Amino acid sequence: MIAPLTRRLLRLVAVLGVVALAAFGLMQASPIDPVDAYLGPQVAQVSPEQRALIAERWGADQPATQQFLHWLGNMLRGELGWSRVYNAPVSEVIGTRFMASLPLLASAWLGATLIGFALGVIAGTREGGWVDRWICRYAYTLASTPTFWLAILGLLLFSVTLGWTPVCCAGPAGVTRDELSLATRLHHLLLPALTLSLLGVAQITLHTRARMLELMRSEVALHALAQGASRRDVAWRHGARHACLPALTLAFASLGELFGGSMLVEQVFSYPGLGRATVEAGLRSDVPLLLAIALFTALFVSVGNALADGLYRLVDPRLRQVHP
Amino acid sequence: MSATPSPRLALRGNPRLGLALGTLTLLVALVALLIVTPQLAERAGASDFQARLLAPTTDYWFGTDVLGRDLLARTLQGLALSLWVGAAAALLGTLIALGLAALACLDRRADAVVGLLVDSVLGLPHLILLMLIAFALGGGTQAVIIAVALTHWPSLTRVLRAELLQLQQADYVRLSRRFGKSRGFVIWHHLLPALLPHCLVGGLLLFPHAILHEAALTFLGFGLSPGQPAIGVLLAESMRYLSAGYWWLGVFPGLGLLLLVLAFDRLGNALRRLLTPHEAQQ
Repeated sequence: MIAPLTRRLLRLVAVLGVVALAAFGLMQASPIDPVDAYLGPQVAQVSPEQRALIAERWGADQPATQQFLHWLGNMLRGELGWSRVYNAPVSEVIGTRFMASLPLLASAWLGATLIGFALGVIAGTREGGWVDRWICRYAYTLASTPTFWLAILGLLLFSVTLGWTPVCCAGPAGVTRDELSLATRLHHLLLPALTLSLLGVAQITLHTRARMLELMRSEVALHALAQGASRRDVAWRHGARHACLPALTLAFASLGELFGGSMLVEQVFSYPGLGRATVEAGLRSDVPLLLAIALFTALFVSVGNALADGLYRLVDPRLRQVHP
Repeated sequence: MSATPSPRLALRGNPRLGLALGTLTLLVALVALLIVTPQLAERAGASDFQARLLAPTTDYWFGTDVLGRDLLARTLQGLALSLWVGAAAALLGTLIALGLAALACLDRRADAVVGLLVDSVLGLPHLILLMLIAFALGGGTQAVIIAVALTHWPSLTRVLRAELLQLQQADYVRLSRRFGKSRGFVIWHHLLPALLPHCLVGGLLLFPHAILHEAALTFLGFGLSPGQPAIGVLLAESMRYLSAGYWWLGVFPGLGLLLLVLAFDRLGNALRRLLTPHEAQQ
């Protein structure tokens, strides 16, 4: 039990190391100069001496390896740097933004997993029937749909045409986060979360369906049917159990995809979450924030995968250790 | 069942062949339309201020945008651009996957390094990695192609590596080596032909992902430049006019993209089934 855990941790550290190195290297290779990007149109008013001072203060004049080691040391000590776009410590920006994104991510993830699993079980139970065919068609189409286009369609239909949901943001304009009531928040969350959860449904549905077919064609199902069980009984008693572990793994493995989707959905709905902060940081060359977000999401995805592994051991009776 | 199911007969009775051929015809027609029509660019660029923001009519099937340009022509041009970027990225991605899979099979340490690389790329959300690479390369068509290619090789690498490891142990490969054939001969005459179908299908299945990610990247503002008529640019522009009720600006370009991606996805899956014998017989 300990050995696989240690190996997993080492692997996680190695992956994070590679991600840190790659992200930093990419930032260094960028032709966009962070000092110029920071100054923006005011660059004409700044003398070369002042510019050099800024570069020195940020350490941008040192060789890349030294900068990397310095940055890595700061990261390990928990000092993530200063975000120039938001004019606040990076850790604070990530903290508040992630808390704003968390309800969105969590509800979308839960929705996608539950709906996807249910559809997959239903389709797999009635192989070849019209329900199955329609669910498959739906899943295939959804898998090919651009996320942001789905969000645009939702915005057009529900916010602009029907006026059921707000057009943008996490709350009405001019109201701070703390003053929002729960109902307002949920109202603003509804459409983004729905769009994002629709995204994840397709993959889980198709995967679950394949597992269901595997079982429904097996001798287990044949035996149960011969004993007089109905197809629905077999599906829920044997099929769903057979299919739930792979679905769980897939759900955790899709966390990265979910975060990518949240970047797009938050962009369309102007939802002030971590995804939008990422886009802003990239567009306005906020290198410390971008690097920190890259590492944070890598950690997020890796922890998700590790959790899936742990849950697998917890849920699957075959993997449980027998104590003497 | 008689015992003479020759391959041709088996294929003739296979509905999936029809699906594959149908999609293929559709795609060939689409590509021909996109490449052959020279007036398309002209029509897409021509602005007519008398016809600004028109709803779809018989003259303008998809309506017109804020500068009075024909949205149908612009959508088609955007799809052509997507096709070109997607094809380049998928090809590059397949080559990377093939190279790394071959490297992984050479010795154990190389295998570990490739495994770590695969894990690292999969450990970061695709879109963030795409953003970082596009940022590093400064945007533009080339940057998008490279970024998409560099993010889409891991899953195919895993497939090809597993296949290669199996092939290396296959009897006919080992026999060929025992008979004194050179390494190059074995690779060229035994390994590559066996891998080619996997590469073809893998590359074709990379294609829809590549197109979708290109559009997403462009939509966020990191990809193709706003001057190019890419689908991502069209949709990002449409965001400004949605709340005013100009729905066609947001609906049609995305619909075109969806159909293109769907066609390639179905074609790739149909081909995969045809090339996997035990599934093709069903």
